[in-house]
Amino acid sequence: MADIAAKVLVVGGGPGGYVCAIRAGQLGLDVVLVEQGGPNGGLGGTCLNVGCIPSKAVIHAADAYHQAVTQATSAPFGIRVERPTIDFGLTIEWKNGIVGRLTSGVGALLKRHRVKILHGRAEMVDGKTCRVETDTGPQVVKAEHVVLAAGSEAAVLPTLPFGGKVISSTEALALSAIPGRLAVIGAGYIGLELGTAFAKLGAKVTVIEAEERILPAYDVELVRPVAKRLEALGVEILTRARAVGLSSEEGAMLVEQEGAARRSIPADRILVATGRRARLTGFGLERLDLSMNGGFVQIDERCATSMRNVWAIGDLTGEPMLAHRAMAQGIVVAEVIAGHRRVFDGTVIPAVCFTDPEVVTVGLSPEEARHAGREVHVTTFPFQANGRALTLGAGDGFVRITARTDNHLVLGIAAVGAGVAELAGAFSLALEMGARLEDIGGTIYAHPTLGEAFHEASLRALGEAIHI
Amino acid sequence: MGVRVIKLPDVGEGVAEAELVEWHVEVGQSVLEDQLLAAVMTDKATVEIPSPVAGTVVALGGEVGGVLAVGAELVRLEVAGEGDQEVAAAPREAAKAEPVAAAPMPSPAPVQTPAPKHVEPNVPSPPVARPSLGPPRPPSEKPIASPAVRRRAREAGVDLRQVRGSGPAGRISHDDLDAFLRGGPQTATARARVANTQVETVKVIGLRRRIAQAMAESKRRIAHFSYVEEVDVTTLEELRSALNAQNRQDRPRLTLMPFLMQALVRAIADFPEMNAHYDDEAETIERYGGVHIGIATQTPSGLMVPVVRHCEAHGLWDFASELSRLAEAAREGRATRAELTGSTITITSLGALGGIVSTPVINRPQVAIIGVNKEVVRPVWQGGQFVPRTMMNLSSSFDHRVIDGYVAARFIQRIKGLLEAPATLFIEE
Repeated sequence: MADIAAKVLVVGGGPGGYVCAIRAGQLGLDVVLVEQGGPNGGLGGTCLNVGCIPSKAVIHAADAYHQAVTQATSAPFGIRVERPTIDFGLTIEWKNGIVGRLTSGVGALLKRHRVKILHGRAEMVDGKTCRVETDTGPQVVKAEHVVLAAGSEAAVLPTLPFGGKVISSTEALALSAIPGRLAVIGAGYIGLELGTAFAKLGAKVTVIEAEERILPAYDVELVRPVAKRLEALGVEILTRARAVGLSSEEGAMLVEQEGAARRSIPADRILVATGRRARLTGFGLERLDLSMNGGFVQIDERCATSMRNVWAIGDLTGEPMLAHRAMAQGIVVAEVIAGHRRVFDGTVIPAVCFTDPEVVTVGLSPEEARHAGREVHVTTFPFQANGRALTLGAGDGFVRITARTDNHLVLGIAAVGAGVAELAGAFSLALEMGARLEDIGGTIYAHPTLGEAFHEASLRALGEAIHI
Repeated sequence: MGVRVIKLPDVGEGVAEAELVEWHVEVGQSVLEDQLLAAVMTDKATVEIPSPVAGTVVALGGEVGGVLAVGAELVRLEVAGEGDQEVAAAPREAAKAEPVAAAPMPSPAPVQTPAPKHVEPNVPSPPVARPSLGPPRPPSEKPIASPAVRRRAREAGVDLRQVRGSGPAGRISHDDLDAFLRGGPQTATARARVANTQVETVKVIGLRRRIAQAMAESKRRIAHFSYVEEVDVTTLEELRSALNAQNRQDRPRLTLMPFLMQALVRAIADFPEMNAHYDDEAETIERYGGVHIGIATQTPSGLMVPVVRHCEAHGLWDFASELSRLAEAAREGRATRAELTGSTITITSLGALGGIVSTPVINRPQVAIIGVNKEVVRPVWQGGQFVPRTMMNLSSSFDHRVIDGYVAARFIQRIKGLLEAPATLFIEE
C-alpha cells in the first residue's frame, strides 16, 4: 500500500486521542488516527469501552436492582415490590448498547471532521513514521506531528496474574453472571465502585487494601460516609492486607493482614484493581527514546515531549489518569499544532468517585492548602440540612469549601453525597473563575437542589449561613 | 507676603562655583526653615544647602547638572511678611503655582491666592476606562484569571504574572488585560520579546561628570604602561588569619589592604619617585615625604578615592581602622573634602571581583597606581612538585613620561618581596 502522508498522526483513539483528532480536524488539519481495536472497534479507548461509561451503566443498574431489593423487605417511600430478579446478561447487553452507541458516535464525529481512521496496531518507526498493521496489510504513515495517546492498562499484581478467575475491571464489566463471592484487591476508586455495584447486585464482596484505610487518596472526612455505606451493604474491608496468591483449595485466595494470621478468603472471582500503568510498550515508543518522568512520558505545559513535533497526552503522561484531563490535553495539542498559542493551564482537574455515596474533589484539600503555606478557613454544610437531599432519601454527606483566610479566594471544594458528581462542574467553574466565598454566596441557587449546600457552605464560611 | 532670594552660599575655601547635583524641592512646594533645598558638588565633596527661612518655592535657580557661581540665585521663595524689595515683583505665572499650603498665611494681597482646584499638579485624573489596580501580587503567587482571560493573554503573548488584577482577591479581568495591552501602567512583559527601541538619556552630572573628566584627562595626558606580577601570599594570609584569630576587641579585623599599604610605605622609602605629583604644565615633579595613599572605593554615586594620610607615621592597625572609617564615610557621602584630596599614590582593589589582570588608570597628577587582583589558590611548581599556593596578581600602572619601566619593575619586585616574606614588612632596618 502506498504510504500515507498526514499533518497529524494520533496514536490511540481514547478520549485524549479522538478529541485531539476531532479538534485538529476542526482546525483544518489533515489527521490520521490509529486505533488498535477492541470489542467495539476500540474508538473511545478505555473510558468508553471498558472504563468510565460501562462501569457507570453497571453501577446504575446495580443501584436500581438494590433499590428494588430494599423495597421487597421494607418500604422506604411506601413502595413495596415482590421479590425482584435480575438478568445480568440483559444488563450487560444494555450496557453494551450504550457503549456501542457512543463509540459509533465517536466514529461519526471523526469522519465528519475528515479524520482518517486506521484500525490496527501502530508501531512507531521514528518520530515521524508509523507502521500500522491493518487487516489488509501493513500501512506506513508519515506525519509532521505525532500525538501519542496510547493510554494505560490495569496494573498486574505479580502474586495474582490475570487469567482464569483473576480479572481486571475490563472483564468485571463483561461478566456473564454475577459472582457469588467477589474479592476486590485495591480499595481505590475503581475497586470500590465495582465492589459496591457487585455487592448491590448480590455478591458477597471482600475488599483487600494494603493501606490503612479505603480510598487512601482522599481525606478521612470525605471517606467516612462511603465506609459507612459499605458496611451497611455487608462489604467486608480488610485494610493493611496483601493478597498472597490463590489458595490451593478451590475458589479461594490467601490474604496476609498485618497483625493477623494468613487467611483464606473464598472468592469465585478476584478483581485486581490496584491501579493503572501507562502503556509504554507495544507501539514502538522505545524507538523514540523520549525523556521519561518515572513511568510516564515527560511532557511540558504544551504536552510536547523531548522530541520535536512529538506530543503526548493522557494516561501516558501521568496522574491523574482521567479522561477529562486527556481530552483537555488533546485540545491543547491540536491547537498548538494548528499554530495557536496554548498551554495546558487548567487551575483544577476535578475528580469523581462513583461510590455510594459519590465523592467529588476539585482543587486543594484543606491539608494540601495548609501544606502550601496557606492560612485557610474550612467549612462544611451537611446534606442533612438540605431539603432536596432529604427528598431523595440521601441525607448523608456534605459539601466542604476550603478558602483563604486573607482574601476568601476559594482553593478547594469537595463533596460527598448521593448525586454530587453533578456538582463537579459548578465546583470547577468556581475555581477556574477565581471565585471568592462572596461570589458563591452572592449567587442564587435554585431551590430545592443539592447545589444549595454549596451555596450554604460558602455562606457559612462567611458566618451568614441560613439553614444551619 | 514677599519674595526672598536664597543665594548659593560659600561652600568651601577657594570654591568659586559648584555644580547642582540634586534638587530636594520643586516649584510650588512649601519648605520649612532648615529643610534641604539642593545638593551641590564642589571639587569632590557634596554639600547640602538648607533653607534659611520657611516659605514656598516659586523658582529654582537652575537645572541639575548646571554650574552656579557662589552668590548666584539658588532658590526663590515666597515668604510671609516683607521680602526682598528687588524681587518682590514676582512674575504672575510663578505666583500661580503657589499651592494650598500658602493660602492660610496672612496675605495683604501683593499676589493673588489661586483657587485650590488649580493645585495638585502631580495627581493626574485617571483615564475613565482604566480600572484601578489592585495591590501588587507577591512573586510566588499564581495570577487569578478566568480561562477566557488566560487564553486571550496567551494569544497576545502576555504573561499574566506581569498584570495586576483589579478584581476581588486580585483577580485579573478582561479590562485589566485591555489596560495592560494598551500599554498600561505596568512594565512590558518578559515573555513578549518585542524589540525595545527605547533610548534613555542619562545626564552625566555630578560625581560621574567629574570621574569622566578626570579619567579622560588622565588617559589623554599620561603615557600609561602597566606591569603585572604575581605574588605568593600564602605566608601573608597565614599571618593575617593568625592575627584575626586573636579576635581582640581593641583591634580591627585585617584585610590584605593594610599589609599592602605597609609594603608600599617600605618600598617607597627606596623608590621616592613613585610617591610624587607630576605637574606636566610646570614640568616639575614634587616628591612627597609623607605617604598619602588613596584607596579607590566604589560608592553608590560612583568611584571615590578617600585618602589615608601619613602612612609612613602609622602602623598596620591604624591602617585597618582608618580604611574602614573612610570607606564608610565615602559610601555614606559623609567624606569631607580633605579626606578626598591630597593622595600621593593610589591602590585600587576590586576584592573578590579582582579578576586576574587589570589596567588601572593613574589618579593624576600622581605617577603610579597599584591594582590588586583576586587571590586564588593555584598549583605552583616548587621543589620538584606542584604545591597549592595562594597567589595574587598586582596589576600596576605608571606614568611612563617620568617612570622608566626598569624602575617600575624593581619597585613592584620590592613590594612582592615584602609581601612574600611578611616578617620583612615589620623589621626595622
